[in-house]
Amino acid sequence: MVTLEDLKTPKTNTWCPGCGNFGILMAFKKALLELGIERENAILVSGIGCHGKMVNYVNINGFHGIHGRVLPLAAGIKLVNPKLTVVGFAGDSDQYNEGWGHFAHAIRQNIDMTLIVHDNMVLGLTTGQATSTSQQGFKTKSTPFGVIPPMLNPIVHALVSDGSFVARGFSGDMFHLKSLVVEAIQHRGFAFIDVLQPCVTFNYLNTYDWYRQRVYKLEEETHDVTNKKKALEKAFEWGDRIPIGIFYNKERPIYRDSLPHLKNIELTKLSLENFDVTSALKEMK
Amino acid sequence: MLVGGEAGAGISRSGFLFAKACLRGGLSVFGANDYQSLIRGGHNFYTVTVCDKSVYSHTNNIDLLIALNKETILLHKDELVAGAGIIYDGDEVTVTKEELGRDDLELYNVPMRKIVKDLEGPSIMENTVALGAAIALLEYNLKLMNGVLKDTFNPKITKQNIEATKQGYDYIRNQYDVNTFGYKLKETDAAVKNRIFLTGNEAIGLGALNAGCKFYAAYPMTPATSILHFLAPLDREFNMIVIQTESEIAAINMVAGASFAGARSMTATSGGGFCLMSEALGMIGITETSPVIVLVQRPGPSTGLPTYTSQGDLRFAIHASQGEFPRVVIAPGDVNESYYLTLDAFNLAEKFQIPVIIISDKYLAESHQTTEQFDQNKIKIDRGNLITTNQYKDKEEYKRHLLTPNGISPRIIPGTKGAIVRTNADEHNELGFTTENPALSITMADKRFKKLEILIKELENYETVKLHGPKEADNTLIGWGSTKGPILEAMKILNQEEPKINYLQILYLNPFPAGKIQEILQSAKKTIIVENNKTSQLTSLIREHLLIDVTLKILKYDGRPFNPESLIQNIKELL
Repeated sequence: MVTLEDLKTPKTNTWCPGCGNFGILMAFKKALLELGIERENAILVSGIGCHGKMVNYVNINGFHGIHGRVLPLAAGIKLVNPKLTVVGFAGDSDQYNEGWGHFAHAIRQNIDMTLIVHDNMVLGLTTGQATSTSQQGFKTKSTPFGVIPPMLNPIVHALVSDGSFVARGFSGDMFHLKSLVVEAIQHRGFAFIDVLQPCVTFNYLNTYDWYRQRVYKLEEETHDVTNKKKALEKAFEWGDRIPIGIFYNKERPIYRDSLPHLKNIELTKLSLENFDVTSALKEMK
Repeated sequence: MLVGGEAGAGISRSGFLFAKACLRGGLSVFGANDYQSLIRGGHNFYTVTVCDKSVYSHTNNIDLLIALNKETILLHKDELVAGAGIIYDGDEVTVTKEELGRDDLELYNVPMRKIVKDLEGPSIMENTVALGAAIALLEYNLKLMNGVLKDTFNPKITKQNIEATKQGYDYIRNQYDVNTFGYKLKETDAAVKNRIFLTGNEAIGLGALNAGCKFYAAYPMTPATSILHFLAPLDREFNMIVIQTESEIAAINMVAGASFAGARSMTATSGGGFCLMSEALGMIGITETSPVIVLVQRPGPSTGLPTYTSQGDLRFAIHASQGEFPRVVIAPGDVNESYYLTLDAFNLAEKFQIPVIIISDKYLAESHQTTEQFDQNKIKIDRGNLITTNQYKDKEEYKRHLLTPNGISPRIIPGTKGAIVRTNADEHNELGFTTENPALSITMADKRFKKLEILIKELENYETVKLHGPKEADNTLIGWGSTKGPILEAMKILNQEEPKINYLQILYLNPFPAGKIQEILQSAKKTIIVENNKTSQLTSLIREHLLIDVTLKILKYDGRPFNPESLIQNIKELL
């Protein structure tokens, strides 16, 4: 059985003291323990940004890829080996800016994996510029007169892209987040969690206090997670009250279900030799 | 023979069917497809070059022209040899020898539209009538044509088409003296041989199947798309995943992930898509994953001439992505090499844990060529240092980037009990953890480049260059990729009287086989580079690696492949 100690790595953590990433890191580790997933059976795929260092801090399989490309990289791994628990970690800019082109497609494909976005509403590692989830008017080094366009709403986008599991967590509530991660990993299909995460160095607006005054749990109200219309309504809620929890959770066939020849086979376990290609030559004669 | 007309008239299809009828008669065939980036209208043509001996390229000397519109006649009249025939529909097209200024041509007016109308067939069947007429003139075996039709279409359409060829055939035999047309086709003994007729792209696809490629991801882009078309219907039979992604960026990241997870994987694209892939190419380099990337060139910059051919991306393939890392760039010159070099590509990629780029171009990728069936006994799968046990039991912790004397770290499939497999696009230590340590950065860069040293050694045993023609010759042509076909044809003719030309084909462009090239060039007297680009990128590679200036160049960058006739002219001018 894996222990918290097993998941430790020798790497020194370089996140700022109080960083929202710590809550996500701990929630993920605890979820792995709760699910009893062996270290070699899980893989952490991360992009570029402060979040990307996750790969250094969890002692499981890992692939620290390039900016914005967590989803196709993770998808390639999962499609080849369905037995691995694949969890992608991305940052807000990583996923919603650079990697936006993959977001809707990964959700549509419904490949059985999890995406956790560290959404601190600012670019941290590049020392504080606006991102697509920064609030309108948010002033940064790159937007000295305030962000001009309205903020991007990833929850709504995930829902309209036919997401089968769409949730939002808050890194200031680690235990709640852990339960979301557990459910996301258990979900058969693509599970998406946007995690509200304070950047204690560069986001002076969306602080722990700011969030604590606003977040409430969907499960504490009557919310039917199988009702997409209601989920959408909740997804548009942002302001004095910000919902966290599962917006929508309804399984539908995963990508590999439509590959009947493979079922649950790991492609890596198939022999590479002695292929008779005669049938492929039919058109060539 | 050349068949031409508007897009949508079934031009390439009918050319292809005719070519297959030739193949089945034991003839050697080259089928080249010239089309524009549109779906209807414009001018498309397909050239079928047939010979009882091996044929390596298309030719611009047309003996028989099937013109489905007038434009075809006007555009190709100067390519018609003396005594050439034109099959056309006089009800649709008026044409006279005077108008063409050629009294050495034979005109064969076949009422294709009327015949199709009487048969109540779709207008696209007009080209089938023309094929029947062509076979009558060539005094070839109509049964072979009908056999091809039968194997291509469903019974109802086959019946209609067979009737159409028969009517075209009979019309010529009844209305014309076939002796007025001088060129004839005869079946050969090779008919019994089990030859195949395929494109470079299909050969790469077959190579991938035989190499055990389990994952293919791509975004459509001409002229690479037909690999996707070839593999997609086969994925179930061959237990693989073929996926069309949202972009080339997705495709290459997916194949990188698949490769890391332990499956042989491949993607293909053209220059524009390869631009998008460049960043991930570097990631593949630093993470030591091993997908195969096919770059099928077309003329740039940017969208350029999207359905034509070029060799303008050689330097790009060798240098794409930031930073320094070893890679292999392989350039097949024909369908045979497209197949066998794909097998090599997968082995080299896994053995050395580096990206391997197969660089091809539209001319090779989409032209059909006859070849003997590929020798399945030549297939050798070498996955390199791959631990395949179910459990990793080494005393030492598994290190994905373990430092070893030759730089190659043992691979293991993620999911193997007892092994944590971690890699990192950041500079990393042996365990795959991020590092910014200067000494370790040097160590890891050196580790990756150690692989290059042994790769170069290994490639000494590969046929990285080929010398065609006489060993010693007064003139040596140098080329890479699809120029091979036209060069071989040109050489055949130029050497007829005395063997004065040989041809050095470079198959591995990176690492550059400098030693072997130097050996050949040392005994060469006059050297001429033949390349489908503007700046002669091969010249600069030879200069870079051998400090030799090749001053004579034949360069073509109009999007069209070399043809033997004009190449002969170009060579003669330089001799």
